[in-house]
Amino acid sequence: MKRARVAYSGAIHEATPHKEGLLLTDGRVVAEEAVVWLPPFEVGTIVALGLNYADHAKELSFFAQEEPLAFLKGPGSIVGHNAATRRPSGVKFMHYECELAVVIGKRAHRVKRADAMTHVAGYTVANDYAIRDYLENWYRPNLRVKNRDGGTVLGPWFVDASDVGDTVHLPLRTLVNGKVTQQGNTKDFVFDIPYLIEYLSAFMTLEAGDVILTGTPEGVIDVQVGDEVVCEIDGIGRLVNTIASDETFGR
Amino acid sequence: MTTSQVHFDFHPYKLSGTVYGTLLNHREALEALGNGVELAPYKGPPKAPVLYMKPRNTLSTHGHNINLPAGALAFQIGASLGLVIGRTACHVPLQTAIDYVAGYVVVADLSVPHENFYRPSLRFKAIDGSCVIGSGVVSTATVKNPDALAVRVFVDGEHVHSTATSGMVRTALQLVTDVTEFMTLAAGDVLLLGVAQNAPLVRVGQRIAVEIENVGRLEAQVGEEQS
Repeated sequence: MKRARVAYSGAIHEATPHKEGLLLTDGRVVAEEAVVWLPPFEVGTIVALGLNYADHAKELSFFAQEEPLAFLKGPGSIVGHNAATRRPSGVKFMHYECELAVVIGKRAHRVKRADAMTHVAGYTVANDYAIRDYLENWYRPNLRVKNRDGGTVLGPWFVDASDVGDTVHLPLRTLVNGKVTQQGNTKDFVFDIPYLIEYLSAFMTLEAGDVILTGTPEGVIDVQVGDEVVCEIDGIGRLVNTIASDETFGR
Repeated sequence: MTTSQVHFDFHPYKLSGTVYGTLLNHREALEALGNGVELAPYKGPPKAPVLYMKPRNTLSTHGHNINLPAGALAFQIGASLGLVIGRTACHVPLQTAIDYVAGYVVVADLSVPHENFYRPSLRFKAIDGSCVIGSGVVSTATVKNPDALAVRVFVDGEHVHSTATSGMVRTALQLVTDVTEFMTLAAGDVLLLGVAQNAPLVRVGQRIAVEIENVGRLEAQVGEEQS
């Protein structure tokens, strides 16, 4: 089953797919364009992975990793499906990152690999933007690159883990203005989902609503104001975002 | 999450549970790196504030026990003034930054000591319970100048470290301005001003206390992780 959280007519609703748009839990059927799409679950701690696809690690000239390159993102960075993300004027390299987001369903404390998947509630699509111009070599990736307002796009759907199963081999891609610019498959993870849950839960207790952004494959390119950026994962969703200018944000 | 135990009788009345820390804001901490800041992997001193997050699993309050991870010899005690944000702060100019700060709180950010600041593992900083927040938030009306407060750290009752909130690369309000240029802070968020050079260590079985002048005092104990 998949469901969304949307704002419509003065309230926040759970919505499910309907042949004419969205079915709200109160019985109304509304067009997809008539709602504001919110992140599809109450987001707790956001753990993101760098270089978790073998090809992308190679692209950025990283070598064999001893442990996952994990970092944290804050709640202020999150936006939902169909939102706009600001590109500051003058920057030279702002790129999307299409990622499978793994949502924790129950507390995970020192969980072993064999049990890890029982802690997964479901999945959504993430677009984890970065602005390379701001990269500094202190506590990478620094927050000015990776924790910007509007820089963590989540949605549109929360898809139950049982719909995907324990073997998570999902093709994913990004399209900029309709043209495919990034492609990969989650079967190529350097560290797979059970590994990440075992690794993280060894020192940090994960709670329901915490989310792991599992990294992105090769093929990140610069995006410009006005571009439509679509991150797709087969069976999970198609997440749309638009790049906006400073002017839109009063800067 | 235990920050719900931290209440105060002015807006926003409680903490949000989001805590951001600042590194290398103490001039001495930066200067201690000497010419190293120019070399690989850093290739130059920091320009923007060097920030990190303390996620919700790390939050604990005065009086709690925090377990040292197996394999670590000690925690480093990162005593810092915490700025408690009072209202949504986005792209805040320095002139009005004070309007976005509700008050101040004592924070002890415990981390596993590490020498390399290039890409430190989350294992050093995201440990359960390792961000200890004092039980009282004092208002900006009570503490007029956050940039001139004495900070004292005690281990088992012995005064082991003295520092101050002065001598920062960025003052409290400058930090609010520079951080909110690219990331919005919400009411109840805590932004740590930064930790001094030579932060003391604490081992299993020891008690710590952190005092910040006119702000308060917190205590915690370090325990051993059960295997």
